[in-house]
Amino acid sequence: MEALFGNVLNIQWQQVVMWAIGALLIYLAIKKQMEPSLLLPIGFGTILVNLPLSGAVTQVIDGATEVGILDVLFDAGIANELFPLLLFVGIGAMIDFTPLLSNPKLMIFGAAAQFGIFFTLCLATLLGFDIRDAASIAIIGAADGPTTIFVGNYMQTQYIGAIIVVAYSYMALVPIIQPPVIRMVTTKKERQIRMKYAEKSVSKTTKILFPIFITVVAGIFASRSVALIGFLMFGNLIRECGVLDGLSETAQKVLANLITLFLGLTVATKMQAASFLNAQTLMILCLGLVAFIFDTVGGVFIAKLYNVFSKEKINPMIGAAGISAFPMSARVINQMGLKEDNQNFLLMHAVGVNVSGQIASVIAGGMILSLFG
Amino acid sequence: MFNMDTFLPVLGKALQGWMGVFVVTLILIALVYLFNQLFSNNSNKQ
Repeated sequence: MEALFGNVLNIQWQQVVMWAIGALLIYLAIKKQMEPSLLLPIGFGTILVNLPLSGAVTQVIDGATEVGILDVLFDAGIANELFPLLLFVGIGAMIDFTPLLSNPKLMIFGAAAQFGIFFTLCLATLLGFDIRDAASIAIIGAADGPTTIFVGNYMQTQYIGAIIVVAYSYMALVPIIQPPVIRMVTTKKERQIRMKYAEKSVSKTTKILFPIFITVVAGIFASRSVALIGFLMFGNLIRECGVLDGLSETAQKVLANLITLFLGLTVATKMQAASFLNAQTLMILCLGLVAFIFDTVGGVFIAKLYNVFSKEKINPMIGAAGISAFPMSARVINQMGLKEDNQNFLLMHAVGVNVSGQIASVIAGGMILSLFG
Repeated sequence: MFNMDTFLPVLGKALQGWMGVFVVTLILIALVYLFNQLFSNNSNKQ
């Protein structure tokens, strides 16, 4: 009987709290459909690793080390940054850069909307976080899962579990976070600015050269971003080259789904009660929100600044789509535009800014690694 | 509570990082305009 029930006595209240957090993540994934492909595996994994003496993670029992499968997966896929990079191949293959290439000046708003990353970095340092932890927390503002995991892991932050969960949670909450912030920093008149969309054709040569040149340029200026941007753009190149449709389809569906499946479960190894339940996790939750808010503010303000100098006004709300979080942010901006004026269709402009945010967030990640890594 | 000694050097580097994102972006914008000019009249439009 003792062998059967002995482990019950090993249950700690902190583990029970983590089960509740795991259940909450599963609930949000299924019921609210918040980033279900990641929050569900993370939620289930959280319960898995917080069972007393869980065999899924490495345990030392009676002096003997028993290696857990999730730790094996972590070492094989996250500790060496393999999973986020492979996921980037799939994401690159999914993205159509045409709206951006037909109106390249939109890229400036992608850069502007990385402001939250650098603002949060300063704030986290001011609050006493070690610079490597502060940089990892700040990258939540990239609103991009693989970049967050890559940078956090590179910086070897002890808060990697909390950072990843916070990043994915806020990405799912973009429709709730962005609208009030945008309304706060824009006037009704600005939100009603109409933007014409004239579809311009983009040559196949441009579409092929873009991912190659972006890798070279980003690699020269932020050498540590080469792997991130390179894998993302490799995915895009196989999409656009026109001779690798099979690979492109595999990268978009099979590869991305397979990696996502293991990524969420593996990330949960860092969701153990001892390292998750502390005051720092609450601070990371707040700092992540700050990063998202100031990303939005940065994008909108640079768009407003653009209007000061330009004859052809743009709707400053599209600047907020530079936050990455593709394609949710673009949809939010389009809906806000339609709410103000039911004939104001901002979707294509917002999508252009949104994909530029995807690129800029990776470049920002590379800058963080180069400056603070 | 606030750690000013480490904050100020980080502030400088953070600004440098954000500017770095703009510099790379501006180069990319120039490149895309160039590509669009060079290849817009080709027969390989999609």
